Amino acid sequence: MNATTFFMLIVRRQLLLAVRRPIEIANPLLFFLMVIVLFPLGLGPAPAQLATFAPGIFWIVVLLANLLTADTLFRSDFDDGSLEQLLLSRQPLYLSALAAITAHWLLTGVLLALVSPVFALMLNLAPSAIPTLMGALLLGSAVLSLLGGVGAALTVGLKRGGMLISLLILPLYLPVLIFGHGAVVASVGGLPVAPYLAILGAMLCLAIALAPLAMALGLRISVDA
Amino acid sequence: MWSFFHKLGSPPWLYRISGSILRWLLPLTIVALFAGAVWGLLFTPPDFRQGNSYRIIYIHVPAAVVALAGYYVMAIAGAISLIWKMKMADVALRASAPIGAALTFIALVTGAIWGKPTWGTWWVWDARITSMLILLFLYLGIIALYEAYDNKEAAGKACAVLALVGTVNIPIIYKSVDWWYSLHQPASIKFTGESTIDPSMLYPLLFMITAFYALFTCCLLLNMRAELLSRERRTGWIARLVAESR
Amino acid sequence: MTAATRPVLLEARDLGLARGGRQLFESLTLTCNSGDWIHLQGANGTGKTSLLRILAGLSRLGFEGEVSCMAELLYLGHHSAVKPLLTPRENLAMHLSGAIQRDAAAIDHALAAVDLYGYENRPCNSLSAGQQRRVNLARLYLSEAPLWLLDEPYTAIDVGGVQRLEARMAEHIADGGGIIMTSHQRVSQPGVSTVSLDEAASQHGAES
Repeated sequence: MNATTFFMLIVRRQLLLAVRRPIEIANPLLFFLMVIVLFPLGLGPAPAQLATFAPGIFWIVVLLANLLTADTLFRSDFDDGSLEQLLLSRQPLYLSALAAITAHWLLTGVLLALVSPVFALMLNLAPSAIPTLMGALLLGSAVLSLLGGVGAALTVGLKRGGMLISLLILPLYLPVLIFGHGAVVASVGGLPVAPYLAILGAMLCLAIALAPLAMALGLRISVDA
Repeated sequence: MWSFFHKLGSPPWLYRISGSILRWLLPLTIVALFAGAVWGLLFTPPDFRQGNSYRIIYIHVPAAVVALAGYYVMAIAGAISLIWKMKMADVALRASAPIGAALTFIALVTGAIWGKPTWGTWWVWDARITSMLILLFLYLGIIALYEAYDNKEAAGKACAVLALVGTVNIPIIYKSVDWWYSLHQPASIKFTGESTIDPSMLYPLLFMITAFYALFTCCLLLNMRAELLSRERRTGWIARLVAESR
Repeated sequence: MTAATRPVLLEARDLGLARGGRQLFESLTLTCNSGDWIHLQGANGTGKTSLLRILAGLSRLGFEGEVSCMAELLYLGHHSAVKPLLTPRENLAMHLSGAIQRDAAAIDHALAAVDLYGYENRPCNSLSAGQQRRVNLARLYLSEAPLWLLDEPYTAIDVGGVQRLEARMAEHIADGGGIIMTSHQRVSQPGVSTVSLDEAASQHGAES
């Protein structure tokens, strides 16, 4: 079996597992919605004020949603022994890790990007900024999934990895927060957004090149320990 | 070259050589820190805007510089541990994390103390302080990950991976945070080009930075020796060492 | 065929492992040629599973010695690697291990061989523990790997199942494969060589 077929096999497997338990797909979205609701309640419902904070609120919630789901990335495969089998498969672990991340991104980042216009209107974000928001979310959430995967790979063997993974990964998420937020703010202000998206794209290229390597090392260590 | 590497991988040799280095480096460091502090605090002119309060840079800046360098030391140790599977590199990685975290913490606290007379507030979300805070989180992440693993050999490897990931990310994080906010004075010490800081203030600062590097080295060696003793406590060379010292 | 002409599948030299200050085994040397069927024996806690994981290359830290594995291997561990949400068919078609046949006919044949005919399209969480184990064992009929490392393959399998399993293993040996397995049960097949870890432990026990 060649590497591309195996890559597609893993993506299909992860998606099928998610479809069989739809609540797993809905969870990040529900979390997203509920946290968004917290902000008007906490900050006050004044539309102008919400509109100012909307880009920041969005990105923080995306960060948290990604963080929460990252922990589950390899957990069940580790528990039931599938991960051992993957390590022994002689398929490039780099591509296998990338495949798992691709599936994770489709199920969290892409879904969040697709529903984001609704939430953007709820937070009174300027409608003209919505395409930028979606584009930045698509790029940025892919970086977040890759970084989250590194944290997940390093902590999957530990009994209480959940809290630890936030300490490990949140600092690494910050550049995405800064530039993703910057893109939306620029778009609201009518400024060019291409530089922001380009930087997010550059981060994505770097993350695709390096994060799966770290994941592969992390998974070997976790299965070993 | 390779025999040197091989020796470096041997705990008794490392223990012995680090002992003889510390014998002269430790007193030298203490004298240098004391001398640098006296030079900086008593024999430099006051700043025309900040008066005497700027003198905290003789602790703040060296701590910040060495804290950042410490992360790279840790990452290099991690790379050596992953590539050449050298156990002593794990020990170095483990030993440098708390020192780096402590220096980062010192830089943050002195930054806050400096901020009070300068900006009238203890905490300002400016680029450098925020970056230092993130560096502290990165250090704490390494320490927490190490402690979470029961198998210490695996812990060392996992931390090595994390330190390398952090190393790639630090420049990106710093540049992002810089871009995000720039309220601080622009970088004023440059080794190339014109310096905006007066030489009478700069020389003691460079001296203190060197002294802090020496301090880092001393702490690293001391920590590594403690870690070596605890890891190798069941081996023969430690039993002989204990017998000799009695 | 003599041992000299048979290809070496796996070679382990001077293996030693200590856990929690106790030496489990020391200077253990083991070679598995094509056609070798090795049964690792030992009481609980003598390091059978650890040894198997070292041989498989899953454990790389904390042991002494060298393992060189020349062949692709099939590893059957304590965990069944069966996804409860997938059907037996899907589990095998999307199994993460390498070197297995994945075409539908082969999978159906394998499921029939482990007596799961009629269950191939039910989700595995509706199957019993023994049936789930057998989904995993169906891989033995799909595997293209020459070397099998089996950790307690008989657990939760009924008498008839064990007989069929042994027949399949004998067939694999006859085809020039190699097997290293652990089991508390006796393996009643000709040509099985035994390596005992009890001796390795008791030797050292006298010392410490």
